[in-house]
Amino acid sequence: MSAIQPPKFSPPTRTKRPREGPSAAKKGTSKALELRTPEEEKAALKQYGRGESIPVRSVRDKKLRTNLEKIEHRYKDAALRAKDAELLLGEERGYVEAEGMERTYKFKQADLRKAVDVATAQKGFELKLPTFGPYFMDYTRNGRYLLLGGTKGHVASFDWREGKLGSEMQLKETVRDVKWLHNELFFAVAQKKYAYIYDSQGVEIHCLKNHIEVTNMEFLPYHFLLVTIATGANGISQGNAGWLKYQDTSTGNLVSEHRTRLGSPTSMTQNQRNAIIHVGHANGSVTLWSPNMSTPLVKMLTHRGPVRAIAIDRGGQYMATAGADSRMNIFDIRTFREVHSYYTPTPASTLHISDTGLLSVGWGPHITVWKDALRIKQTRPYLSHLQEASHISRVRFCPYDDILGAGHQNGFSNLIIPGAGEPNFDALEANPYETTKQRREREVSALLNKLQPEMISLDPDFIGRIDKGSKEMRDAEREAAEKQRKLDEGSSARGKNKMRGKNSALSKYLRKKGGKNVVDERRLKLEALRKERELRNKGLPASAREEFGPALARFAKRSGR
Amino acid sequence: MIHVKVLPTFSLLYIDFIHALRIPAPYHWRPLVDLLHTNIGALLFIPIKRYRHNTNAAPTQTVPSMKVKALSRSASTYSPAGINATAQPRNLDPEIHPFEKAREYTRALNATKLERMFAAPFIAQLGTGHVDGVYSLAKDIRTLDRIASGSGDGEVKIWDLADRREILTVKAHEGIVKGLCFTSVGGDDRLLSCASDRTVKLWDPRGAGASSNTPAATYLGPGAFNGVSHHRVDHTFATASSAIDIWDISRSKPITTLQWGADTINTVKFNQSETSVLASAGSDRTLIFYDLRTSSPTAKVVTRLRTNAICWNPMEPFNLAAASEDHNAYIFDMRKLNRALNVLKDHVAAVMDVDYSPTGEELVTGSYDRTVRIYRAREGHSRDIYHTKRMQRIFSVAFTTDTRYILSGSDDGNVRLWRAEASQRSHIRSARERAKLEYDSALKERYKHMPEIRRIAKHRHVPKPIKKAGEIKRVEEASLKRKEENRRKHSKKGQMRRIPQREAMIVARE
Repeated sequence: MSAIQPPKFSPPTRTKRPREGPSAAKKGTSKALELRTPEEEKAALKQYGRGESIPVRSVRDKKLRTNLEKIEHRYKDAALRAKDAELLLGEERGYVEAEGMERTYKFKQADLRKAVDVATAQKGFELKLPTFGPYFMDYTRNGRYLLLGGTKGHVASFDWREGKLGSEMQLKETVRDVKWLHNELFFAVAQKKYAYIYDSQGVEIHCLKNHIEVTNMEFLPYHFLLVTIATGANGISQGNAGWLKYQDTSTGNLVSEHRTRLGSPTSMTQNQRNAIIHVGHANGSVTLWSPNMSTPLVKMLTHRGPVRAIAIDRGGQYMATAGADSRMNIFDIRTFREVHSYYTPTPASTLHISDTGLLSVGWGPHITVWKDALRIKQTRPYLSHLQEASHISRVRFCPYDDILGAGHQNGFSNLIIPGAGEPNFDALEANPYETTKQRREREVSALLNKLQPEMISLDPDFIGRIDKGSKEMRDAEREAAEKQRKLDEGSSARGKNKMRGKNSALSKYLRKKGGKNVVDERRLKLEALRKERELRNKGLPASAREEFGPALARFAKRSGR
Repeated sequence: MIHVKVLPTFSLLYIDFIHALRIPAPYHWRPLVDLLHTNIGALLFIPIKRYRHNTNAAPTQTVPSMKVKALSRSASTYSPAGINATAQPRNLDPEIHPFEKAREYTRALNATKLERMFAAPFIAQLGTGHVDGVYSLAKDIRTLDRIASGSGDGEVKIWDLADRREILTVKAHEGIVKGLCFTSVGGDDRLLSCASDRTVKLWDPRGAGASSNTPAATYLGPGAFNGVSHHRVDHTFATASSAIDIWDISRSKPITTLQWGADTINTVKFNQSETSVLASAGSDRTLIFYDLRTSSPTAKVVTRLRTNAICWNPMEPFNLAAASEDHNAYIFDMRKLNRALNVLKDHVAAVMDVDYSPTGEELVTGSYDRTVRIYRAREGHSRDIYHTKRMQRIFSVAFTTDTRYILSGSDDGNVRLWRAEASQRSHIRSARERAKLEYDSALKERYKHMPEIRRIAKHRHVPKPIKKAGEIKRVEEASLKRKEENRRKHSKKGQMRRIPQREAMIVARE
C-alpha cells in the first residue's frame, strides 16, 4: 500500500493504484482489481476474503515469493469479483418499521398479514390440530417441505406453499422428534423406543435399533450423519440415557457412539459452520461433541438449571441458550464467553436463529423475535406473537423465507416475520425451486462430495493448513507427559542403572549421545532398534509374565508376531 | 370425540389447510366442509369464525401504520412454466457455503482417484513393427503425423501416426540403423539415415513408387556411423563416427572434420535455434560442444560414465539433456558446465535415449531397464513410468510434435505409441466436461501436498524386477553415502567437501 491515501472527496475512479510488486502489475491484472478505492478493497476482502494475507515481501526465496504473490493476487481478485457479483443478487431483505408512536412488537400477525402482499399473506396460516399435540416440526434445507410430528403419533409431511400433502400417518406411539434427511424423500422420526426412517410416501424404510429412546435428532447434511441423543426417562432403558450416536445415512454404518455421562439431555443442536453437536444438560452445562472424540471438545456452564434450548447462528459465531433459570444467555463460541444475558418471564422452551440473525424465543404461549440481539444487548423485541391457550414446543425459521414455523400444543402456526429469511439463495446449495432432475443431480453430487466424519473439528478450515502452533503444542504436550511420567515413577527414575545385564550398547549410546541433535544413519538405525525393542517388550502378553515370571517371560511366544 | 377418531387425520389436516390458504375447496369437498362446520366443526376446534371472517374480508378498524416488506419471490422468475431451463442464481456469501475447504479437498481426492482410474497410457504399437530391434527414431518437426524408425536389420520405416500404418519400408542398410534425421531444407522433404555399414543415405520420405528403394544420395564414410543430424537452415549435416564429419548434401566427401580426443563418437546433435552449434557425446565419456562458424570445439566435459544420447531443449536453446549410462539423465546449461541444472533420477539401468517435449517443459527417457519414464524438466523424479510385459530394452524414445503422445522403440522390434498424460483422452469435449477437467486439475494442484492425495497420485505399479533393482540401488547408494560420511567423520574438518549430486558426475572440464 502506498503511504499516500487518496483524500476523502476523491472520485471513486482513481488513476493511481497502490503498488503491489512488479509481477502482479505485469501480469494480466484483471478488471476487478482496477478502479477501486482501498476502502472498497478492504470491505470486499473482509466479506469475501479467506483470512489474513501472507506477508509476501518478507519471503526470501524468489520462486516461493512469486508463487505466493500469484496466489495472493488470485485470492484478492476472487474476493473483489465476488463483491462485484453482488450486483446480480436479485432479492432484498424484508423489514417492518413502525411509524410514529407505534412499536413493531405490538403488531399482530393479522395486521402484518393485511399489510403484506397477497402471496406472502397466504404463507401465514395456522393448522389447528389439538388432538395429537404438542407438535414438533422441521423444514427441509431449501425451506420447501415441512415435516410435522405430534407427540401422540401424528406425522405429516407436505409442500407447505402448494398445500400438497406428501404423507401422513398415525404411528400410535410417542413421537419425540422429527427430522428431514438430505432431501425431501426421507425423514427420520424418533419414536417411543427406536428411531425410524420413512420415505416420502410414509413407508418405513429402516428401524434404527441402535438408537433407543431418542429425544433429539440432528442431521449433518454434508457428512450424511444422523445424530441422535437418548433419554432414559421412563426407566425401561436407563442405561441409554445420554448416549450420543452418529449414524451414517449413506452407508448405514454407526460411525460412533459417545456417552455424555450427564444423564438425559435437555436439548441438542448442531453448529452449521463446523458440524459440531451442542448438547444441553440438566446440570446447566452445554457440551460440544464431534464423532472423533469420546469426551466433549468443550464443556461450558451456561445456566443454573437445565438447559432447555440451544440455538446457533448460521456463521457459527454466537450461541443462544435458554435455561430453566429463566435466563437466555448469548455466548460467543469462538471464545466461549458469555456476551449478553436476557431474562425470560417464564423459562423459554425453544430457540432458533434465522439466517439473517433474528432470534426467536418460545416461552409459554408466547413467541418473541429479537433483532440484532446477538451482537448488541437489545431492550425491546422486534416482533412478538401470542398463541392463545397453548404452549410453544418448537420454533423454526423457514430457510430462505420470511416465515417462522411454530409447533405448539394445539397444532402448528406459520408466522410472517419480515426480514427473517436469507433473500438470495444459492441454487447449487439449496434451491427452493428445485426440479426433480436437479434434486437427483444434487443428491448424486452431495454423495460424491460427502465429507468424512474425521473431518469434523472445531475449526472447519483446518484441512490443508499448516499447523503453526504445533511445535510449541507438541513440546508442551511432551513436557506434560514427561512430568506425569516422572510423577508416576518417582524421583529416582533416571538414576544410575544398577541392574546387571541391562546396560546394553544400544541404551548406553542413546543415553550418552541420543540427546544430541545430530541425525545420522547410525542414530536412525539405533532408534529403530530401540523402537522395535520397546514394541517387543510391550507386546508380551500379560499371561506369559504371570506364567513364567519376569525373567523368563521374554522367551514366551508372542502373539502379535 | 368419537367423531374425531372416525375421521381419518388426512382429511382433518387437508381441510384445515384449505381454509388456512384460502384456497376454494374442490367442489366434491364442499359437502364435507359444510358438514364439518355445521355439525362437528365445533368439536374439532376448526376455526369457523376465522374462516368466515377471512372470506368476508371485513374492513379493518384499527390498522397500525407501518412500513413493511416481506420476501415474496415469484415462482415464475425462478422456474418459468413451460420452459425446462430454470434460473440458477448464485450467492457467494461464504456463510452459505460451509465446509468450503473440506469439500474442496474431498473433490480433489475424488479427482485424483479418477485420474488414476482412467490412467491407460498404452495406445497401440505401430503396424506390425520391425523384424529386429528399433534402434533409432526420428520425428519430423514440420508435421504432426510422420515419424521414421530404423531397425537392427537395416530396415527404415516411415509411419503415419494418425492411422498407425507404414507409409514406406526400405531395406536401407546392411547394418544397424543408428541414426535417422528428417530435413526439409530448400523445401523438399528428405530423410537421412546412417548405419554401421559405413554409409549415410538420403531418402525421399514420400516414397514415390519405384524410387522408394533407391536412395536420393549415398555418402560413404571411413567407418561405422553412430549418428546423424541435419543443420536447421543450411544444406549440411553432421555425422558421428570416429570423428564428427560435416557434409554438404551435394558433395560426396565431408567438407569439415572435427575431432577432439575421442576414438568413437556416439551421437551428434545440431542445435535447432542456435543453428551453428552442435553437441556430441563420445565413448571416452566426453560431452563436446562445437561451433561451425569457427569450425572448432568450444567446451568439453568429462563425466563419470558415458553419455548415450543428447537432446537440445527446443524452447531454451542453451540447455540440453544428456542420457547417461549411470541411470540418470542430466540437464546442462552449455554456458555453465561446471554443474548440471538438474538430475533426473529413478531409472535403475542405463538411460538409452532422451527427448524433450516441444514445449521444453517435459522430458521422456527410455532405459535399458525396459521402462519409459516421463519427467518434468524442473523436477528431479519422474512423474510417470510406462512399461508393458512384452516391451524389452528401450533404445529410442520421442515426444510427438503435438506433445500429446510418446513413441518408444525397443529391442523387441515394436514401435509403441503412448499417451503423454496417461489419463487424458483425445475426444472432443463438451464445454461442461472441459470446465470440469480444468476445475479438477486446479483442485489437484491446490491439494497435491495432502498426504492421501500425494500417495494416490504418486502410486504406480512397477514390475517386480525393477522394483527390486530400485531397492538394491537404494541400499547401495545409502552404503556409499554412509561410507563417505564415516570417512568424513574421521578426516580433518573441512577437508572432505560434500559434493552436490549436480556436480558429482563431472570429472573434468576444458
